[in-house]
Amino acid sequence: MASPTQALRNYSDAFGQLLRSGGENKPGWLQSLRQRGFERFSAAGFPTTSNEDWRFTNVSAIAQTNFQLSRNGHRLPTLQQVQSCRLAGAACQLVFVDGRFVSGLSSAAPAVEGVRATSLARVLAAEPGLAEPYLGQFLNTDRDPFAALNTAFLEDGAFVHIAANIVLEAPIHVLFISTAHDAPEMSHPRILIVAEDHSQGTIVEEYVSLGGVPAFCNTATELVAGDDAVVSHYMIEREDTRAFNVSTLRIQQGRNANIASHSVLIGGALVRNNVHPVLAGEGGECLINGLFIGGGRQHLDNYMLVEHAKAHCGSRQFYNGILDGSAHGVFHGRIVVHKDAQKTDAKQTNRNLLLSDQAQIDTKPQLEIYADDVKCTHGATIGQLEENALFYLRSRGIDEVSARRLLLLAFASECLDRMKDGPARTHVEGLIQAHLASLAKSSAGFVRAPHEAETHRRMEELG
Amino acid sequence: MSLLEIKDLKVRVDDREILKGINLTVNEGEVHSIMGPNGSGKSTLAQVLARRETYEVTGGEVLFRGNNLLEMKAEEAACEGLFLAFQYPVEIPGISNAYFLRSALNAIRKHLGEDEMDAMDFLPLMREKLKLLDMNENLMNRSVNESFSGGEKKRNEILQMAVLQPKLAILDETDSGLDIDALRIVAQGVNAMRSPQRAILVVTHYQRLLNYIVPDYVHVLVNGRIVRSGGPELALELEEKGYGAPGAGADSASAAPA
Repeated sequence: MASPTQALRNYSDAFGQLLRSGGENKPGWLQSLRQRGFERFSAAGFPTTSNEDWRFTNVSAIAQTNFQLSRNGHRLPTLQQVQSCRLAGAACQLVFVDGRFVSGLSSAAPAVEGVRATSLARVLAAEPGLAEPYLGQFLNTDRDPFAALNTAFLEDGAFVHIAANIVLEAPIHVLFISTAHDAPEMSHPRILIVAEDHSQGTIVEEYVSLGGVPAFCNTATELVAGDDAVVSHYMIEREDTRAFNVSTLRIQQGRNANIASHSVLIGGALVRNNVHPVLAGEGGECLINGLFIGGGRQHLDNYMLVEHAKAHCGSRQFYNGILDGSAHGVFHGRIVVHKDAQKTDAKQTNRNLLLSDQAQIDTKPQLEIYADDVKCTHGATIGQLEENALFYLRSRGIDEVSARRLLLLAFASECLDRMKDGPARTHVEGLIQAHLASLAKSSAGFVRAPHEAETHRRMEELG
Repeated sequence: MSLLEIKDLKVRVDDREILKGINLTVNEGEVHSIMGPNGSGKSTLAQVLARRETYEVTGGEVLFRGNNLLEMKAEEAACEGLFLAFQYPVEIPGISNAYFLRSALNAIRKHLGEDEMDAMDFLPLMREKLKLLDMNENLMNRSVNESFSGGEKKRNEILQMAVLQPKLAILDETDSGLDIDALRIVAQGVNAMRSPQRAILVVTHYQRLLNYIVPDYVHVLVNGRIVRSGGPELALELEEKGYGAPGAGADSASAAPA
């Protein structure tokens, strides 16, 4: 355990260590980007629950652990272990172990002209000019200390570039594996996705662990979509239940760009997923689709900031949560409609299923509207598996566990159905089906009349 | 052989005794009708037999095919051949009607030691039964009962019964809310299921359905007790004179043999 000051010293030492380890070869703009990130983080420190953005999530477990930077020299997972995490039908797979690119475990870049998918460290070393116009230009390090921390320790991650008018049908799979260590380690992967005008692609970020002591993965993605670009982004968190995972997806959308963000949180001990699209061109559309399934003592926090900056844009937030055991889920959806964003059409829906008396959900819509001709709606529901539906299924011969599995899957399918048909969706469906099968088993027996549900429910509506 | 033997069954819901000692025996091949006014306990009886756990059985015994039904879970009773057509079929968004029905059929087949049916094998069976009930195939791709009309829901219940082929089918107010055409189709579906090996228990408020599904026996349930039993002519008498008629009312319960 470390006090807040000790914790910051720990990061300060790590930052010094990073600078000494070859930082001088990096281009000046990158060094100052990191420096600014570190200064921002040092000034802000880890957020506390008195920070409105972090009201429902206490990160002291992260702050109080002396995480060390992951260094080379770990035993790499075998190819066979990585095979089990493949996404069938992917255009290519970039594999990172403890935040570092491992080309030996990765598959070749897609043989499509105009598509680059490689290690960000490689790009920064050999062709930094490819990243310079975008990297760090969009992520908000002022408001979010974790984004600042990620920027301070920016070293490696994925670089995906889709040139104008190029359509990449198959998804690019970016796999982050955390492995077993002697001491708690941290990694700060950075992902830069640039989809130029009229391009199309799908990127799947997935976080898994292969055993080990608590690991802290603090990841940040900048997705820059040009005019008329169509991009689907998937964030799949399924690390083990000792992992800390904080992720931010910052989306910059051009005119008429159509972006879908799908986040699927099923693993991790303490997970925070930020999705921050800025609809910066007229006619843009953004789907922010989420599914979070927690059990045990998992804490899964979904934070969204949807910024409508220009007129005639639409955004849709749909999040479904399933919580069992003493799991705690958070849906905090903030929508900001700027002055010029007339004719904005923003909708937000959060639906939750609680499978136990101890499970808890905090759901908070937050609308800030500075334009006068807009349509913004929000709604949230909290419920249990319906006894009626369970009995109906069982009365037809379907056993209780299977009946629960079917009903949970039906609930999750609302999210799965929003994903475009293709290898990425099939991949997610497989993961969710397996996960719900075990959840149906462990939660069996819990059925309750709705009127008892009030105790652990906290709802807030600001408007 | 008797399929169902109910002996002095007493059931309580929220400290209120709903069934106060029901006795009824149903043999293979027979069609029985239980008639009674609202609140007499008809639906409670149907739900208890289908093993809904929210009812508290406080006394009596029920044997289904010789086994203690009250110790079975709902799914076990279903796998043993008991089927309840719900008064209010449940909507289940997100599960397709076809998938649901095939899952149910396979659960029962598995219990009986038979091979599970894949979607390809299931399709012709489903189509045959759909035709019997004059149902549109597109109902099978929709979520279970979701935005089905009242008549479609009831037909869907009978479709399930036709596919699952139970030993004992309990129809709980299957006639309610049906127009005469739908009633005929539903009755035709039920009649097609009549066989020397199967029994049907028709729970209804009105005699109307019994014009189409003619029962062998009619029982009158009033205030938690069967107060009269007789042949199909009893239904007509009730239709004419109502449940308040002498000999049919709660007041004469003690005088009427079950």
